[in-house]
Amino acid sequence: MLQEKDIVVVGAGPAGLAAAIEAGKAGASVLLVDVNLKAGGQLFKQIHKFFGSSAHQSGTRGFDIGTKLVTQAMEHGVEIWLGSAVIGLFPGMKVAIEKGVDGSEKEVITIQAKKIIVATGASENVIRFKGWTTPGVMGAGAAQTMINVNHVKPGKKVVMLGTGNVGLIVSYQLMQAGCEVVGLVEAAGKIGGYAVHAAKIKRAGIPIYMNHTIIEVKPGVDGCVEKVVLAKVDETFQPIEGTELEIEADTVALAAGLKPSAELPKLMKCDYTFSGVFGGSIPLHNENMETSIEGIYVAGDTTGVEEANTALEEGKIAGLCAACSLGYLPVSEVEVLKKEIWNRLEALRMGPFGERRLAEKGKMIVEYAEKIGAPSKEMTMEGYDYVDC
Amino acid sequence: MSIVNQGYLEYEELAAIQKLPTNERYEKGPVAVIECVQEIPCNPCESACKFGAITIGEPITNLPIVAHDQCSGCGVCVSKCSGLAIFIVNKAYSETTATVGFPYEYVPMPEALEEVMALNRKGEVVCTGKIVKVMNPPSFDHTPLVTVEIPKEFADEVRNIKRRES
Repeated sequence: MLQEKDIVVVGAGPAGLAAAIEAGKAGASVLLVDVNLKAGGQLFKQIHKFFGSSAHQSGTRGFDIGTKLVTQAMEHGVEIWLGSAVIGLFPGMKVAIEKGVDGSEKEVITIQAKKIIVATGASENVIRFKGWTTPGVMGAGAAQTMINVNHVKPGKKVVMLGTGNVGLIVSYQLMQAGCEVVGLVEAAGKIGGYAVHAAKIKRAGIPIYMNHTIIEVKPGVDGCVEKVVLAKVDETFQPIEGTELEIEADTVALAAGLKPSAELPKLMKCDYTFSGVFGGSIPLHNENMETSIEGIYVAGDTTGVEEANTALEEGKIAGLCAACSLGYLPVSEVEVLKKEIWNRLEALRMGPFGERRLAEKGKMIVEYAEKIGAPSKEMTMEGYDYVDC
Repeated sequence: MSIVNQGYLEYEELAAIQKLPTNERYEKGPVAVIECVQEIPCNPCESACKFGAITIGEPITNLPIVAHDQCSGCGVCVSKCSGLAIFIVNKAYSETTATVGFPYEYVPMPEALEEVMALNRKGEVVCTGKIVKVMNPPSFDHTPLVTVEIPKEFADEVRNIKRRES
């Protein structure tokens, strides 16, 4: 006999936690699975106070929000498996989980689910330049994990590539941790993230090299980053010869955007669409956050890279709708709640930073309606062939 | 715009977007100056103010509007602003000096009476200053409000201090 669960949620970041809380609150039996050793996803490295609506904990630091969510999930009876990787989804809503971390004893357990919610987040993009594999070159997210979770400085002098919110926020936090940020490098002529974040960097006297890129990282005798070569770029972002500039640094952090981690729904043959705005290929979903396959839901960065507030709200929708489809909540009640959440999502996606995402989300929902209409039953085992992923 | 092309606000740019306190209001003592100029989804400052001096309304991407006459300059909003974009300016501190209160989330924390280098929005040293006060109650949740006394003519420029080597 397989272990049974009403709902399996993959990924315990803000979207997955929110989904699990709503479904658990409604009375569904919920298993929340995460490959990390701690639930909360990226929230535990977010030491800054969050933006968003004060009705939704803005002004509260990310890790405090994470702690609250994990507590709520446990209060509502959500079972949480950490250090556990979902290694496959199989026909008949079976979820294969490898339980146990590297170096410990592992076992593979298959859970029979009724609904699956995929909230696996996103991963960092990489920029390649001469010397990009030199020790000391890392993702900005990795640098942030080092300082805020593990309390280890990645280096003494850091160059940050990218001025999106990640680049700006991580630069500020590196300074707080006691690293010297020797400069931020931005290929565009405009700061990518919020002006208030850039203003904090500037008033601390940190240079921001606009219209510049990194063309080379030079290793020292120890083989690690020693010098970073910048160059000015033209309108097509090509380096201009003769504008090279050498900066001494031992760490290069790359904040060049993220792409959705959306591999699992592919195993169930969910329909995808490509979105430049949202960072890559993403599973199409409807207003219930349900994919083209009945019972498979998605939420958070998996459905397009945004931020924790939108992930939380999308997760709530997925959790409510999955619980509702199992009869744990009346349809009329969920319809009202869903409408409120979509209104809040609309508010979060307004203004110059959100409007493109608002339009893109709308377009995706329309694409779903036109191409898919209603979710279809998943394929039987016989219908399966090798999956291209 | 300097803020999007360079990362810092020019005073003129700020004055064109945000309604700043009048000279008459400045003469009455400390007041909040909100340097928030982009429509981003954020509103904790609105509920932080118990005097109802800050309005955002709906949608939450609206810029905050400060009713400066209702503002007591208490500084509670400074610690609540996730963007660290609120400053408390007191141009009536003395005949020749003003104070600027700003959020400061670095160690080491400056101490009262300490002589410091005062920095402008670009991080350039504009003058020396003296720390008057450091407020860091638990309700500020680790965003201390540091107040520095500087010559009056720099009250619209000074927004930070040089960090001491730890």
